[in-house]
Amino acid sequence: MTVPIVELKNVVKEYANGPLKVTALRGVSLRIDPGEYAVVMGASGCGKSTMLNLLGCLDRITAGQYLLGGEDISRFSDEQLSEIRSRRIGFIFQSYNLIPQLNVLENIEVPLFYQGVSESDARERAEALAERMGLSDRLKHKPMELSGGQQQRVAIARSLVADPILMLADEPTGNLDSKTGHEILELIDELNAEGKTIVMVTHDDEVANRAQREIRVFDGEIVENLWKGGTTP
Amino acid sequence: MKSMPLERMVKLAAKNLSQYKLRAGLTMLGIIFGVCSVVAMLSVGEGANQEIQEKIQRMGSNNILIKSVKVPKKEEGSSGRHGPQVAAYGLKYTDAEQFSQFVPSLEASTPMKVLRYDIQFRERRLQTDVVATVPWFLRVQRHRLVRGRFLTHSDMDSGSPVCVIGSRLARLLFAGYDPIGQTLAISGDVYSVVGVVGDIAQGELPASGELWLTGENQKVYIPLSTYQQKHGDLFMQWTEGGSVFEQIELHELILTIDRQENVPYAVVAVRRILQKNHEQEDYSIVVPLELIRQARETRRLFNIVLGSIAAISLIVGGIGIMNIMLATVSERTREIGIRRALGARRRDIVQQFLMETLILSLSGGVIGLVFGALIPLGISAFAHVRTVLTFPAFAIAFAVSVSVSVVFGIYPARRAALMDPIEALRHE
Repeated sequence: MTVPIVELKNVVKEYANGPLKVTALRGVSLRIDPGEYAVVMGASGCGKSTMLNLLGCLDRITAGQYLLGGEDISRFSDEQLSEIRSRRIGFIFQSYNLIPQLNVLENIEVPLFYQGVSESDARERAEALAERMGLSDRLKHKPMELSGGQQQRVAIARSLVADPILMLADEPTGNLDSKTGHEILELIDELNAEGKTIVMVTHDDEVANRAQREIRVFDGEIVENLWKGGTTP
Repeated sequence: MKSMPLERMVKLAAKNLSQYKLRAGLTMLGIIFGVCSVVAMLSVGEGANQEIQEKIQRMGSNNILIKSVKVPKKEEGSSGRHGPQVAAYGLKYTDAEQFSQFVPSLEASTPMKVLRYDIQFRERRLQTDVVATVPWFLRVQRHRLVRGRFLTHSDMDSGSPVCVIGSRLARLLFAGYDPIGQTLAISGDVYSVVGVVGDIAQGELPASGELWLTGENQKVYIPLSTYQQKHGDLFMQWTEGGSVFEQIELHELILTIDRQENVPYAVVAVRRILQKNHEQEDYSIVVPLELIRQARETRRLFNIVLGSIAAISLIVGGIGIMNIMLATVSERTREIGIRRALGARRRDIVQQFLMETLILSLSGGVIGLVFGALIPLGISAFAHVRTVLTFPAFAIAFAVSVSVSVVFGIYPARRAALMDPIEALRHE
């Protein structure tokens, strides 16, 4: 039996909003296996962003259990979660989230910086990924000097640099025109084909159609968990 | 997870700072002024202190200085009388004798008469202090013999008409001549010059010293016995009301005590004798040792005041740093969120911002030290105030300013680190 990449067991997430307690997730269970490409869909405020943040270890669960690659990280400290983020998770954001004062290579290297990878190793890996993303002639450019598509390619290169077990994408094409968005989606397909496990939040049905699995969230609960193409595990 | 190597942290911080050159420069200004003012103040303070200490030291910490003081005569119906009167006051020979007898641990007693006279060499003439004293004056006053010899015991015994002159006077009056062997007229009496003395500490006076003619190096020293034979103890002075005769036996008396510890006891004895012998307090007692103690006390006060001012200026610098770093942190909220999402620990964020603060304050500190060293030099050059640059002043200013700014940098850095990464990522 394969070890799942993600295993959520009855996960509850509550926020204190002033004196009010807001429940964003009410007992979510989910299993994502290696190599899966899943999209999370739902109206805004349904809890899909909360789910992505929890999966990305940016936030901690209130109750339940979260196993990432078989490791129970539910009670991990902030420092331990930081390490998980740098080594095991790759983020791709809607607004790219590149650091403006760093050039393309430096942006790609950031996760390695916090792992203490030597400068020369980091540079080598960043250059290889930049080349793969078709950014070879933009290595020293600042994000401001790049197009949206190029910026997202830098962000994808950055999310790959630490060779994570789980890639999380939050509306990666939301800020792009359809042609560029299409290119980015092709790239993500390619990564999935190479075996990367990908969870993507979107509300674009066309985008969702590319994934093998569709998870619909409504009011803090998973209401639909659909495998397309018949490869139900 | 390995901690980031220092070198890369410095590089990162320098890169971030270079994004905001103007801001970084302005922030550094606070530190520069802080360090600069601390160094400058400490230097000026130390200079003033040394000057006082030297002046006091020159009087001799083993010495007790007693001077005759003119007290206002009680008007006993003398207002109606005209013509010469005799004002008799001050130290008496009997005081000196009793000191020699009764003051404990007394090593030497140096009597002096100090009077202002016209002196003349050829056609050059000027007015200066003539000091009639004894051979051991040179040792007690720690004057340095520049040329020739000082007064000797045989001069005293025979009352010979010889004089020793100060080095400045030698230059002023004998310009173009070798003073040794020349003759000098003091109020008409002829003395031959046998030596030139210079003051140890004073050395060459600065240009402003030219104005006064009372400096140590422009006096004429003659044997006390010679003066007594020629003039006695009466001295005529012209005042507004006509001529007044003053009778002063001794103008000054320096008592040298064998050891510093014994000075306080000797002072007690001196006061007792003088109180017994004098109806009025027509004398003053100066104890350099007490002055040194006072000077130390004054200095302590001075240091407290300077320290407070310096502390305030440094705190202002620190607040400046905090202010700027807070602004920087809030401006870079999104960057902090990104870094946290990509694996930066809280401590990495703290280190990043503290390193920026540290670089600002260190470079500000270094620049401040440079200016801090230049300002006292400028003060010395233009205001003729002595300043002393000391290593502790540099070290204190630098260490305090850097630690102040780091302390003030901790709050913004912690604030950055404690941000919720999700909130920070959402920040526009």
